[in-house]
Amino acid sequence: MSNSTFNSATDVSYLEYQGKHKGLAGWLLSVDHKRIALLYLFSVLSFFLVGLTFGFLMRLELIAPGRTIMDPQTYNSFFTLHGIIMIFLFVVPGLPAIFGNFFLPLVLGAPDVAFPRLNLLSWYLYIIGGAVALISVFLPGGPVDTGWTFYVPYSVRTNTNVIPAMVGAFILGFSSIVTGLNFVVTIHRMRAKGMTFFRMPLFSWSLYATSWIQVLATPIIGITLIMVIFERVFKVGIFDPTLGGDPVLYQHLFWIYSHPAVYIMILPAMGVISEIIPVFSRKTIFGYKFIAFSSLGIAFFGSLVWAHHMFTSGMSTTASIIFSLLTFLVAIPSAVKVFNWVATLYKGSISLEPPMLYALAFIFLFSIGGFTGLIQGALSVDLHIHDTSFIVAHFHYVMFGGTGFGIFAGLHYWFPKMFGRKYNLKVATGAFWALFVGFNLLYFPMFIMGWLGMPRRYYDYLPEFTIYHQISTYGSWILVTAVLVMFGNFLSAIRKGEKTSEPNTWGGTTLEWETTTPPPLLNFKEAPVVTGEPYHYGDAAESAGKEAK
Amino acid sequence: MSTSAEHVEGHMEHRDDVASRMGVWLFLFTELLLFGGMFLVFAVYKYIHYDEFHLAAKELNSSIGALNTIILLTSSLTIALSITALQQGKKMLSIYLQVLTIVFAFGFMINKYVEWSSKISHGIYPGSEELLAKTSGEILFFGLYYVMTGLHALHVIIGVILIAFMTYGTIKNTINSDKYVRLEAAGLYWHLVDVIWIFLFPLFYLIA
Repeated sequence: MSNSTFNSATDVSYLEYQGKHKGLAGWLLSVDHKRIALLYLFSVLSFFLVGLTFGFLMRLELIAPGRTIMDPQTYNSFFTLHGIIMIFLFVVPGLPAIFGNFFLPLVLGAPDVAFPRLNLLSWYLYIIGGAVALISVFLPGGPVDTGWTFYVPYSVRTNTNVIPAMVGAFILGFSSIVTGLNFVVTIHRMRAKGMTFFRMPLFSWSLYATSWIQVLATPIIGITLIMVIFERVFKVGIFDPTLGGDPVLYQHLFWIYSHPAVYIMILPAMGVISEIIPVFSRKTIFGYKFIAFSSLGIAFFGSLVWAHHMFTSGMSTTASIIFSLLTFLVAIPSAVKVFNWVATLYKGSISLEPPMLYALAFIFLFSIGGFTGLIQGALSVDLHIHDTSFIVAHFHYVMFGGTGFGIFAGLHYWFPKMFGRKYNLKVATGAFWALFVGFNLLYFPMFIMGWLGMPRRYYDYLPEFTIYHQISTYGSWILVTAVLVMFGNFLSAIRKGEKTSEPNTWGGTTLEWETTTPPPLLNFKEAPVVTGEPYHYGDAAESAGKEAK
Repeated sequence: MSTSAEHVEGHMEHRDDVASRMGVWLFLFTELLLFGGMFLVFAVYKYIHYDEFHLAAKELNSSIGALNTIILLTSSLTIALSITALQQGKKMLSIYLQVLTIVFAFGFMINKYVEWSSKISHGIYPGSEELLAKTSGEILFFGLYYVMTGLHALHVIIGVILIAFMTYGTIKNTINSDKYVRLEAAGLYWHLVDVIWIFLFPLFYLIA
């Protein structure tokens, strides 16, 4: 029992807590992981809207062959900026930095992350990195037009502002490393009493795997970008073939990071789904250890498959075959997760609230994205569909249909806990269906036209592709509308939504639902003690479950 | 049973030296990987341009390199001694040893400056006509030479700044025989700088 005196750090919600700094400084200088998470939430989603705008305008350009609304150079810059923003500023930091920050300490029963000040630093690095990357739009020379992959030799030769974009990406990588490092140490050192590794919720497992990739893979892209920057600034010969360099080596180094990075993006989303599925089917998760280890399995195998991005770049056939085989192997731990989620649903008491809708859509869209990934992993097929819009469709299905929907799922799931407000369920459900329909209209035609030979990143196309491009563009209108409705729903909920102090909105069994809503500064009135597994529905485990002492 | 007030204190001054060390080691690991990327590039190009790399390596002055190796290794010793001294409560000795480490670091940088300027005065620097006239293997070798030793030198400078802060903290007693994890961290960082040099030295200067 706590003593009877009123204490603002455990009795008042973190939103109302008055620390050393007041007002805006109370947010910008706060080291509270929950406030930092909200800083991330608003900045990440703002960048998402910018990226969405670029994507929307690109789609509009492609509604008809030839010039529609922009010139080819602008189009090149748009797909580059769209990629840089969506990847480095939205999907990579999205889940770990927003929900990892907010909920990792909560699900572990900890008062904060291991290094709170480092946590705030990582947000500042994120903002600085984002600003530097976007400055290239306004500098003379024009925005970067290399594609988000910065392939040499073009990135060494183009006169556009490649350097700010690369410096921005480097700083963002640093931010990502700091977050990952913080989470690894947090998971090792800050777990509540009694919470063994196998009593951790699966979201923490997925963050654990993610954080290791962030720590181990990000330095490689950091140094690669630095080398290209040196090459541009000082004319050092490293990758430029005219100076004896090997551009394919650049591609290797780039993908050594950037392929594991796609698992940085998808793993935490899988973690969110693993949290939501048991809650909304009122069943203990099926195959806890398999899901936990499959995260590590994905992280491990995912680090060994990078060269499947380079089947047409001129590697030896032996290397290509090995990388193709390893690519197929990644499908195993991914499928383990999908089967376990479906097995959890089996005979469950399923309620289709918005978080669950997003989770189910995740399984559906991710499965399509995953299977089409296997198609491209097959060496002979990849030679035909490499660099077509098939690949664009594939990675939007896994990155947007997977991670994007995972972020939205998490937002709908945890929003009441974060803000102590309820959002409009009907609007959320409507926005979900519109998003789901718009998404498939937008991206599915890309599979077809890619299969028929429509190259990616092309400004113009042959008339026979018109119908697919048109459907895709119509889909983008629905999708953008749905996203705006969803965000509008949240914003109005934050401003005037019905207040709720119900600790357990959905009937979850993990620790974040045991504290008050919204949580106090120190998260729990009393440090929780864990005595059982994280998920326990409909069996004796319920009574034997963890209890706060 | 602890009171909530103590919780607040604990929150604001949460101290876990094991966690701090873990964080430092993870960070050092990322540094190793950062340099690892460059070592990888070096290995690949050495494999492709085997003879030209040997030819280019002959132009480096291995005695300056050896001198710098000795300086850096000794500085690693002094920083390690300064930590032990502080643990034993010998504050002044620790400060002297930290300052000595910084002096060694400056020695290293002066040597580096002499070495680089002699190369540059011979017309060997990125983008120079003299260098571009050479074979592509030599261009790559010197490109990597400047990038790798340059980034290493940057780490030396950062290390000096870190140790200077630690010396200040030791003087101000915020780092003391009970609370020295930050000095330890700076020491570990300094050892990393040393370790990377130990790989750079034979790679560039000795294997010729």
